[in-house]
Amino acid sequence: QGRLTLLRDSRTDGSFLVHHFLSFYLRAGCKVCFVALLQSFSHYNIVAQKLGVNLTAAKERGQLVFLEGLKCCLELLFGEEEEQPRQPSPLQFLRESTPELRALFDFVRVSLTPTDGDSWKGPVLLVDDLSVLLSLGATPVAVLDFIHYCRVSVCSQLKGNVVVLVHSSEDSEDEENELLVNSLCHHSDLILWAEGLATGFCKDVHGQIRIIKRMSLQQAGEQDLIQVYQYKIQDRNVTFFARGLSSAVL
Amino acid sequence: LVFTEEDKYGLYSNLLFKYFLAEGIVCGHDLFVASAKEHPDNILKELPAPLLDDTYEKEMGEEAAAVKSEDFQDSMKIAWRYQNLPKMEASPATFTKFGHYYDVSKKMPPELFQSIKWHSFYLHEELSSQPEMKPCNMNSAYARLLQSIQKIISQEGFDGSDPQKKQKNILRIGIHDLGSPLWGDDICCSDTPEDIHSLTKFLYILRGLLRKSLSACIVTVPAHLIQNKAIMERVTNLSDMVVGLESFIGSERETNPLYKDYHGLVHVRQIPRLNSLICDVSDTKDLAFRLKRKLFTIERLHLPPDLSDTVSRASKQDLAESAKLLSSGCGAMAIGKKHLDF
Repeated sequence: QGRLTLLRDSRTDGSFLVHHFLSFYLRAGCKVCFVALLQSFSHYNIVAQKLGVNLTAAKERGQLVFLEGLKCCLELLFGEEEEQPRQPSPLQFLRESTPELRALFDFVRVSLTPTDGDSWKGPVLLVDDLSVLLSLGATPVAVLDFIHYCRVSVCSQLKGNVVVLVHSSEDSEDEENELLVNSLCHHSDLILWAEGLATGFCKDVHGQIRIIKRMSLQQAGEQDLIQVYQYKIQDRNVTFFARGLSSAVL
Repeated sequence: LVFTEEDKYGLYSNLLFKYFLAEGIVCGHDLFVASAKEHPDNILKELPAPLLDDTYEKEMGEEAAAVKSEDFQDSMKIAWRYQNLPKMEASPATFTKFGHYYDVSKKMPPELFQSIKWHSFYLHEELSSQPEMKPCNMNSAYARLLQSIQKIISQEGFDGSDPQKKQKNILRIGIHDLGSPLWGDDICCSDTPEDIHSLTKFLYILRGLLRKSLSACIVTVPAHLIQNKAIMERVTNLSDMVVGLESFIGSERETNPLYKDYHGLVHVRQIPRLNSLICDVSDTKDLAFRLKRKLFTIERLHLPPDLSDTVSRASKQDLAESAKLLSSGCGAMAIGKKHLDF
């Protein structure tokens, strides 16, 4: 409860973690607000079905609030004039000269605040992915503020969880992104870091995942607990195994 | 959204671009061509002619026939643009025939144009009109282009807005030389450009438009000119597929015996992972291309047999590097191993 989980990928695509958490929390009966900035709803829907969860049904029964960033952005920029009187779009910052993410935060807060008749267990905010906000003009400080506000609201006040995905890379020249990622790493309770193999591309082992439990945040003097596994992604699930013990090798 | 990093002189990426458009014509798709450098009419005149000879028995790679088979879905489009004429040395089990073959030495006959509808966007002609799009802090050339694309998509019903339309078709969009100074963007000119977000915002909105409609898009960008590498990283995240072309013209590799059969390398930096947890990863990531008189082919990079007694020192490092990268199946692998330190 009340945790910030950071999903991080380097040299590979960590979106399988997002799909996992989405279906995990939905199956657990939590109310999920999913800010999906990079892919369309049908993409997530199709993958979720393979993992055993129906997103459309979840949306209809109010368990899932889905913000489809691409669609929302088009509506904002090409939409009809009569939409003006309605409340500001969550992606309002695209049109402002000093972009800040207040509208996006308000959207999150409103979607996760429990209404009467809601019987869901803990709220969850899921973001895929945060690095895109930088590409759209938000400053790293604005993004960090957004996450901070979300944590206060979702983690502390509503006792829920926040899971965000960021991209990073060791030799990245994107300083803003690295700043964002490093800062988030310091604040996260749990970090799941998917990396492509250092030795290059391999068909049987798609990558390596490092699971870092930030015990140092809970108690001073404690060390972070780090576990490393390798994984292979299949059509309907992901198999994990200890390093060097891929079934292709054994 | 296929993102192509241009080779230094733009020769080969132009070719790729034209293939994409030519395939569209042969398949009967609608076209939208945008350019700031050359007038789209001229680009279209230079498309290679299709070879309609069916006895050509070569295997094909996957193609934007993925686009064709997803004809009747309402959203999202990608173009897995793996060339019209690839020749993979290790033959896959299936001999599926995707796409068409083209003869680069001949031009496409104008009769083929008649049947399809094409739209063009030539920046210098469009500058006079006013953008109707709501302001969003983006370079005005990009804003106009987006406006134009959005208009075509909604007018021609590619986004499913017109249920009466009996036959759904696909819109192929080709955008040439994006990010170059001709589009009014200075990311190619300086390390700290004035507005580093224009290109990424443009791509994001373009991605939204593509996802919402039955269209596929190829974008070529002079990546070697973009000084700020952070932009390239962000752009890679925003695209479905990223391919880089590195031609050997003018570089030291031109005379390197390793590469004597080829004209350049193809770097597949990212492949689309849509609607699935997995993506279709091919066996090898080392591909090279060559342009023969009639054909443009992409092949697995093969080391030529090393027949000399003394290998020159300069290429030794290269050989070792390439040998490390190459997957098995290369005939001359043994030679490379000689130089590897164990």
